Amino acid sequence: MAEKEQEWTTVIKPKNKLFQVNLKEIWQYRDLLTLFVKRDIKVQYKQTILGPLWWLIQPAFTVIMYMVVFGGIAGIPTDGVPQPLFYLAGICMWQYFADCLNKTSNTFVSNAGVFGKVYFPRLISPLSNVISNFVRLGIQLFLFLLVYAYYLISGVSVSPNVYLLLFPILVVMLAGISLGFGILFSSMTTKYRDLQILLTFFVQLWMYATPVVYPLSQVKGKMMMGVDVYNVMCLNPLTAIVETFKYSALGAGEFIGWGWLAYSFCFMILLLLLGIVIFNRVQKSFMDTV
Amino acid sequence: MPTAIEFNNISKQYRLGLVSTRTLSHDLNRWWTINVLRKEDPYLKIGETNDRSHKGNSEYVWALKNIDFKVEQGDVVGIIGKNGAGKSTLLKLLSRVTGPTTGTIRARGRIGSLLEVGTGFHPEMTGRENIYVNGAILGMTKHEIDRKLDEIVDFSGCERYIDTPVKRYSSGMMVRLGFAVAAHLDPEILVVDEVLAVGDLEFQDKAIGKMQDVSRGEGRTVLFVSHNISAIKRLCKNGVILKNGMVDYIGTASDCVSRYVSDGFSDIEPHRVITSSDHIHNEEGSLNHNIEFLEVSLLNDNPSCLATDESISFDIKCRCNNRNSNQFQCNVIFTNTEGIRVALYTTDLIMVPDTKDEFVFNITILKPALPRGLYKVRFEAEIIDYSKGVYKFDHLKDVLSFEIRYIHKEKKDEYLLWDSSWGLRLHNNTEMITKVL
Repeated sequence: MAEKEQEWTTVIKPKNKLFQVNLKEIWQYRDLLTLFVKRDIKVQYKQTILGPLWWLIQPAFTVIMYMVVFGGIAGIPTDGVPQPLFYLAGICMWQYFADCLNKTSNTFVSNAGVFGKVYFPRLISPLSNVISNFVRLGIQLFLFLLVYAYYLISGVSVSPNVYLLLFPILVVMLAGISLGFGILFSSMTTKYRDLQILLTFFVQLWMYATPVVYPLSQVKGKMMMGVDVYNVMCLNPLTAIVETFKYSALGAGEFIGWGWLAYSFCFMILLLLLGIVIFNRVQKSFMDTV
Repeated sequence: MPTAIEFNNISKQYRLGLVSTRTLSHDLNRWWTINVLRKEDPYLKIGETNDRSHKGNSEYVWALKNIDFKVEQGDVVGIIGKNGAGKSTLLKLLSRVTGPTTGTIRARGRIGSLLEVGTGFHPEMTGRENIYVNGAILGMTKHEIDRKLDEIVDFSGCERYIDTPVKRYSSGMMVRLGFAVAAHLDPEILVVDEVLAVGDLEFQDKAIGKMQDVSRGEGRTVLFVSHNISAIKRLCKNGVILKNGMVDYIGTASDCVSRYVSDGFSDIEPHRVITSSDHIHNEEGSLNHNIEFLEVSLLNDNPSCLATDESISFDIKCRCNNRNSNQFQCNVIFTNTEGIRVALYTTDLIMVPDTKDEFVFNITILKPALPRGLYKVRFEAEIIDYSKGVYKFDHLKDVLSFEIRYIHKEKKDEYLLWDSSWGLRLHNNTEMITKVL
């Protein structure tokens, strides 16, 4: 028997190596990825009359609500930027992040039926969530552009600047962080569902820790229990991303600095690595515990 | 032939019961022992064999234990075993849905698994869209599906509904569509779980035919799990019997089937002492048990291996509880596995002996002329009074069982010869044909 190990195309063993993402395999299944993305988009508003218009209605009403509550009642300033634009910019970014996180954190539990019957690289599923949400983000940005154009024409001072070129990277960072957290959570919730419950309100609270409804300039120089609030806020990896987008598109506040952006970027890379390692460990036998 | 799949000492352990804080303490203990003390997993040593019906002491159970066999390329292997024997677990390991606890599986070539028909169908999407998603889930590329789309639609026979959301489909149509996609998958190794059980007869035939083509014509390796013995016989060359998570027997498909079948009929009962639960009680209360069955037994030597041309003989012990009823008739009823009556034999009047309350009589059915199969026997004691109707003494449920294996005891033949006494006459010919061969 001179059968060598390399002749086997599939070897199934009890445990994977610690870090083994089979990128080649994911590439082989790229058609599945695109089909999943298409399915996610198509299915979302099937049998509705307004269809994808809902993607515009949701942020529009949220903006109005924020204008009443945060702008009107609480009187939080918006760095001199018209309120609708300011809130809309925050909502577009935040909503994308929150949607991705909520969806991907459910990967194992909600796909148990499919995962339990057939093998494909499990990472395809959270990836498709993140990508299909791009479409939604795109549509909401379109709304943002409409409002933007209105203010430009009516002569209100909104001053986009060169940092707008960073926008694609910002979106990738958002996607990366939500994917990282999502797969981390989904891996940890297969056996014990406690984290799932935590996550839903954790995401809600997280929004207030991110400068979505208020500008970062508001906390500048504020001390709370001997700690500089500004620096603590910046430890939140989303702060730099949202703040940079607002600054580059609206000229609101000031540039947060390359340091914090680099911090967010490294955070994303490390989070993704950690997420993938744990995801890989879990995906092998999650069917027994889910 | 080179080996296509090699199972090497495969075991799979499951934990029973609910996931709770107790699971957490086990997890922590396991983590501590493996990573800090650097010892073996403490829970791998314990665990019991996979026997569904008996209550065990351990929280851990081996769904599969030390599975070791090889499958040659181009072979079609049927895996049989009772519910919970580990068949599906084995296929799940092979299709990488879950990982083994110990051991290695090595395989050559793409593995396509069909553990369920229509995996990932989304009810809101049309048949056509679902073909694409389902195909991609099973490992096909979009280009492949494009190429085969017409074939798939044609095979499914759902052309008319192909642009309707599948939530409007009947369940049978869903299955057809799902199998059609899977049937056009081209893996070197095809893993099929009990999926033919659904769909109408026409479609089952079509599906089995397609699987035969796949294995014979194209030389692919197929692993097939089914409880449908005839499908296994038709499709498979070789077989594996799993029992309580272990390999019980490996051999040709027909060997496996006959071994499995005889094992499954261990509940063949040639003798029974009647207990109160064996009586049928009807609401009218007309079963007065004036004549009561006590004990019934089948006298044939080998009750699991009878022949059609063999007479079947019963000894029946009765008791007369009321001397007013001193005669009765005994009915012997055979039912098949589906519970349908296939034969009823009624005796002449039987007289109760004057001296004894308990007595034994014999009924022999000379030529039952039944096809092969498993039969159960029930007994009735009653008397037909032509003025008052049937007067019932005692009815028994299915108390005995036997199996007819052969048509002819010696020849072990499959054909039943026409009994000349049944009469056979050719038209336009007055001469009686006495024997036909």
